[in-house]
Amino acid sequence: MSHTAEESFISKYVFSVDHKVIAKQYMITGLLMAIVGGLLAGVFRTQLAWPDEPVFGLGIMAPHVYNAMVTMHGTIMVFWVAMPVLVAGFGNLLVPLMVGADDMAFPRLNMTSYWVFFLSTIVLIISFFVPGGAAAGGWTSYPPLSNSIEASGVNWGVNLWVLAVALEFVAFLLGGINIITTGINMRVPGMSMWDLPLFVWETVIASIVFLLSVGPLIGGAVMILLDRNFGTGFYDPIQGGDPLLFQHLFWFFGHPEVYVILLPALGILGEVLCANSRKTLYGYKMIVWSVIVAGILSFVVWAHHQFVSGIDPRLAFPFSLMTILISVPFAVHLFAFIATVWRGSIRFNTAMLFACGFVALFLIGGVTGIMNGTAAIDIYIHDTYFVVAHFHYTLVPITFIATFAGIYHWFPKLFGSLMNETLGKIHFLGTFVFLNLTFLPQFNLGMMGHHRRIANPTAFDFLSTSDALFLQELSTIGTYGLLLAQIPFVFNFFSSMFRGEKAERNPWQATTLEWNTESPPGHGNFDAPQKAYRGPYVYSPEGVSVDFLPQFEPPQDGE
Amino acid sequence: MSANADSHHHGPVDWPQEEHVGEITAGKLGMWIFLLSDAFSFSGLLLAYGIRRGASDMWRCSEELFNQGLCSWLERPEPELGINFTAGLTFLLICSSVSMVMSYAAVVEKDMKSAKMWLGLTILGGALFLCGQMQEYFGTFAFIFHHEGLIKEGLIFGQSNYATTFYAITAFHGMHVLTGVTYLTVMWIKMLKGHFDDGNANMIEIAGLFWHFVDLVWILVFTLIYLIPL
Repeated sequence: MSHTAEESFISKYVFSVDHKVIAKQYMITGLLMAIVGGLLAGVFRTQLAWPDEPVFGLGIMAPHVYNAMVTMHGTIMVFWVAMPVLVAGFGNLLVPLMVGADDMAFPRLNMTSYWVFFLSTIVLIISFFVPGGAAAGGWTSYPPLSNSIEASGVNWGVNLWVLAVALEFVAFLLGGINIITTGINMRVPGMSMWDLPLFVWETVIASIVFLLSVGPLIGGAVMILLDRNFGTGFYDPIQGGDPLLFQHLFWFFGHPEVYVILLPALGILGEVLCANSRKTLYGYKMIVWSVIVAGILSFVVWAHHQFVSGIDPRLAFPFSLMTILISVPFAVHLFAFIATVWRGSIRFNTAMLFACGFVALFLIGGVTGIMNGTAAIDIYIHDTYFVVAHFHYTLVPITFIATFAGIYHWFPKLFGSLMNETLGKIHFLGTFVFLNLTFLPQFNLGMMGHHRRIANPTAFDFLSTSDALFLQELSTIGTYGLLLAQIPFVFNFFSSMFRGEKAERNPWQATTLEWNTESPPGHGNFDAPQKAYRGPYVYSPEGVSVDFLPQFEPPQDGE
Repeated sequence: MSANADSHHHGPVDWPQEEHVGEITAGKLGMWIFLLSDAFSFSGLLLAYGIRRGASDMWRCSEELFNQGLCSWLERPEPELGINFTAGLTFLLICSSVSMVMSYAAVVEKDMKSAKMWLGLTILGGALFLCGQMQEYFGTFAFIFHHEGLIKEGLIFGQSNYATTFYAITAFHGMHVLTGVTYLTVMWIKMLKGHFDDGNANMIEIAGLFWHFVDLVWILVFTLIYLIPL
């Protein structure tokens, strides 16, 4: 290892500048927050299924408490789970390793990034306990719910919510600069941009999209704080303001944000599917171009969130068109993934199962997305559980299924051991079955007219039919199952970390540079300077006797 | 850890420079990416300003409108912005961009005496700009300019979109100038300590990028907020 000087515990594990330690910090913080977000879902799903009974014997849930729980569930799952785990966690772990660097471009900036994020987590958790409770204006925080105290009945909760989100954006701004610079500028000799592993491409583009979209929302959030605390009227029609302005600023960020977390997930998929089907990634260049196109298109779809709240009908058509158009690059991804697996020598390990599960589930999310994106249909199903089911079929695969695939696949590079396969398969089966049990009924509930922001559906006759109640209970039972299915994972994670089977350098016979380090990589990552000799996915090459040729392997006879 | 952005490699590995890796330093690339993102923050605020202003029937409650009783919620009419004074500040900021370039050029030529002087002048320009904004808001230097400042003239934050967007955007820019002055002062101290004597101007160039950006944004802010006639 490079550093002979002993480092103290604090500088090695707490205020560390090592990208691998920071990646673990991000991932573990994110996964802990996932438990909070998941339990919130368990609580309000119970309320929805049995609205007249005390929740877990704790008492009848008041509507404003329900609102706060839904708000915090959405906020936590997007900003405190998906972003830190997928972008910051996997980005930090894999981008430097895959380009063959010894660390990120700006290690101290990286450390600052995590600790600002940590602070934002603390602020968010404090917001549960201030007088008035946590923010209750929905994770989108539309005015007037967010810019006046009277509308949602929450004062300090919303102030702290905005503060926490702002701090989090600062953290990911620093992290994003780091990821882009590292991916572009720290490649080893011989590695052109077209030799970058798919994950690096996806994460770099995701970071660029994030950096370009987040600015307007920072402006929008500042205006909310000014409206709340200094009497300005940016969003107040009485003072000449316009609440729709925030919807535009929010979704100019919010919709690209969907792709910010989707792209790293697709990157993980590409790596896992390739290594486990022993085939070259189908259409590598086509996928990369489609990522770039998706990144550009992601900036011109945001107003499909305003079909109902009010935009010029003449604008609805172009935004519908763009929204349907942006499904093309992702269709390219899915077809390329299926073509990659097609006739491969597939190894169904846990990571591969999750990756295949992702393709199936995301397909449902994607197809229903086209329905929502069409203005004519959206006006009918807007703000119903159909939309809720749709975005859970996209976001749950992204945030959890792809993350699990990544964790099972790269566990050797995180902790130096392999995860238990039997527990992993139980985890996969439980997650996959209960995920569908939770969200499939919600499509039907949405078509029945279940609005997404009501605490007691039985207040409406059309949601009090036995069919509707049955679906409601089915979805809630699915949620319980989904939560319980994570217990084997948590157990597996810690037992494998401490007592797992030790992993060799390249347990999956994969081809990218991170598999040329020790498991786990030491400080400085590589034993010697690396060089890339070929593209990232050379499996079953012709003319040579070996099954696969990693990027770090010098040229072979007959290649 | 090394303090220098250029020597971030701290392992045994020192990559050979090679055509694929590119010429741009990590710090410079990082700053460009940050500036791109920062530009979008400004554009968010400026867009909000444009949308609000485009949609309003009455932007500034002038004395005439006030006397007609059209803005009854205000205690007094809203003042115009002092274009001449701010044009002076704009000129000052442009000059400081020029001196920034001169300082960078002097470091490249290893003429440290001139480099220190030009960077000092840049910092002075930025500091004077901030003083100018204080005069504009609060009339801090009323004994020189005989102008009591916008707040005392009745432009109160939060009373109208005109007042609010003006303060939010110019103050956001002012914070950038303050950051820039602090940043450049740190660079100046490094320079006095002989940090750039070897002619490696990378860090000065990166600081210059930020400073030119702040200058460029101000020209947009000045044009959009001050110069568009009412």
